[in-house]
Amino acid sequence: MACVTTFENVTVIATESLSKRFPRVTALDRLSVDIGPGVTGLVGANGAGKSTLIKILLGLSPASEGRAEVLGLDVAGHGAAIRERVGYMPEHDCLPPDVSATEFVVHMARMSGLPPAAARERTADTLRHVGLYEERYRPIGGYSTGMKQRVKLAQALVHDPQLVFLDEPTNGLDPVGRDEMLGLIRRIHTDFGISVLVTSHLLGELERTCDHVVVIDGGKLLRSSSTTDFTQTTTTLAVEVTDTDEHPDGTRAMREALHARGVTVQDGSGLPGAGHTLLLTADGEETYDLVRDLVADLGLGLVRMEQRRHHIAEVFTSADDRRDEQRKEEAVHGG
Amino acid sequence: MAVEQYLATGPGDQTRIHDIGYRTYDGPRLGRAYARRSLYSQSLRGAYGLGRSVKSKVLPMLLFVVMCVPAAIMVAVAVATKAKDLPVDYTRYAIIMQAVISLYVASQAPQSVSRDLRFKTVPLYFSRPIETADYVRAKFAALASAMFLLTGAPLVVLYVGALLAKLDFADQTKGFAQGLVSVALLSLLFAGIGLVIASVTPRRGFGIAAVIAVLTISYGAVSVVQAIAYEQDSTGAIAWLGLFSPVTLIDGVQSAFLGAHSAFPGGQAPSDGQGAVYVLVVLGLIAAAYGLLLRRYKKVGL
Repeated sequence: MACVTTFENVTVIATESLSKRFPRVTALDRLSVDIGPGVTGLVGANGAGKSTLIKILLGLSPASEGRAEVLGLDVAGHGAAIRERVGYMPEHDCLPPDVSATEFVVHMARMSGLPPAAARERTADTLRHVGLYEERYRPIGGYSTGMKQRVKLAQALVHDPQLVFLDEPTNGLDPVGRDEMLGLIRRIHTDFGISVLVTSHLLGELERTCDHVVVIDGGKLLRSSSTTDFTQTTTTLAVEVTDTDEHPDGTRAMREALHARGVTVQDGSGLPGAGHTLLLTADGEETYDLVRDLVADLGLGLVRMEQRRHHIAEVFTSADDRRDEQRKEEAVHGG
Repeated sequence: MAVEQYLATGPGDQTRIHDIGYRTYDGPRLGRAYARRSLYSQSLRGAYGLGRSVKSKVLPMLLFVVMCVPAAIMVAVAVATKAKDLPVDYTRYAIIMQAVISLYVASQAPQSVSRDLRFKTVPLYFSRPIETADYVRAKFAALASAMFLLTGAPLVVLYVGALLAKLDFADQTKGFAQGLVSVALLSLLFAGIGLVIASVTPRRGFGIAAVIAVLTISYGAVSVVQAIAYEQDSTGAIAWLGLFSPVTLIDGVQSAFLGAHSAFPGGQAPSDGQGAVYVLVVLGLIAAAYGLLLRRYKKVGL
């Protein structure tokens, strides 16, 4: 396994009352946040200021107020130096269809300053790491969405940056593709030793991937904490079991057993496989153990036990409501 | 996926392909100037379809051949008939072939910049060390160089042919040099105009149509109005009218300063004073094109 050298106390990204105001909107409002090495999720609804923040961090858009540092370099004066050490994967499509992945990524590597031979070598390596093999010689136009996302990721990694910004990398992917992409993102840090800032509007998927999650809304910092804090308060487990001869309705048997132990169970109505899925609130490690033991005691087969994906809205409903009210008030007063 | 392969590669499992894992890059990073040069060479190659699909090689290569064939024929005739001079001046050649040149710039300017806009590749450039000015300079220089190749190559054919036909060396060299200066100006001017128009639209088709329209319609219109002015004996106006189309601009500059015979009606070459205005307008247009491109890409950004 590749050796990962990260220094836990080093700050990769630091902002200090960072603001960005456009004539009509305030995209970032006195945002102060420190982000260390590892995989950090940046969560926020559309228009929360995620993209604006990335733009400022890349040194491409001056902040209206406050300051920001990336890898210890001030964004205002060292934009080019930052961009040399940072990779960026945009949210939107950005690939020309008539060239092959290899040609495209080689070109992008050279744009990052890699000499021709190194560019070719790194391209082959990187495409292999993101999981593109023979198809890399075919024009990108014929790729699936998942393959295109991998090429986009490869061009962000090809120059071996110290930090990558991934803007909505799971957008448009099916569940399997999503899981593969999340696994890949995890590996960018654990195997490649590159820190990651990944944005998403789905908190659930970031919970599983990130060490740290930063939530912004309306350009303001809503919350910044390590993922363990989040999971402790928010995890819902989806459990599905098989039926056996002894327990013709395994789901019911399991529900009753859980009830007996004092665990609240909801039916997974509205979910795929409703009626067979039990949703329970996990209070920590014990709940997982309990489910395991009960399944074993009853002699059932455990089909799945997974953390349910949350939408950010579910977790921050209260905050959203407050903000909505505030906005309405502002609208009334501001006219 | 690579990760499964990797994890399965345990000790004692000799049959697996060993994934050597992630390798970091400690080699040189050559920075902005290198990136700009790379973009320049990639764009220049791209302007002739090199490094692109077979389909995209057809038109530029065909136009290149069409540019050179008449020159080769003229040379063959001159050599065969032992003529005292080439059938056309070096400076006149590009004016005669202006339709082909316009078609080339109309087809290649959009492929150079509209593609990056249409497929939103531009942000990938600007999230790297290179900046707006580097991108614009590389693209501008690449298209201008491609056009210089297109317009200069037939002049080389003519020059070599003239020397083979044992025409006067000093005379031919002077004409050749004047021709090269003229097509260099033409390349810069046409590339600038083509790129500005193409950079406004992500749609390649619109770009092609717009460039053709601006280059050929303006030339047609100016020629017609000049002809009318000539018929009505207002010959003084002819030179001034020439300021309004790229082709006649180049014609004016070279007939004033590069010893060309004007293609204007009645051979009305601009005077030295008018010629100076021509030169200023040409240089002004090239600078304006560069400025507009910079402004355009400042906006595109990420």
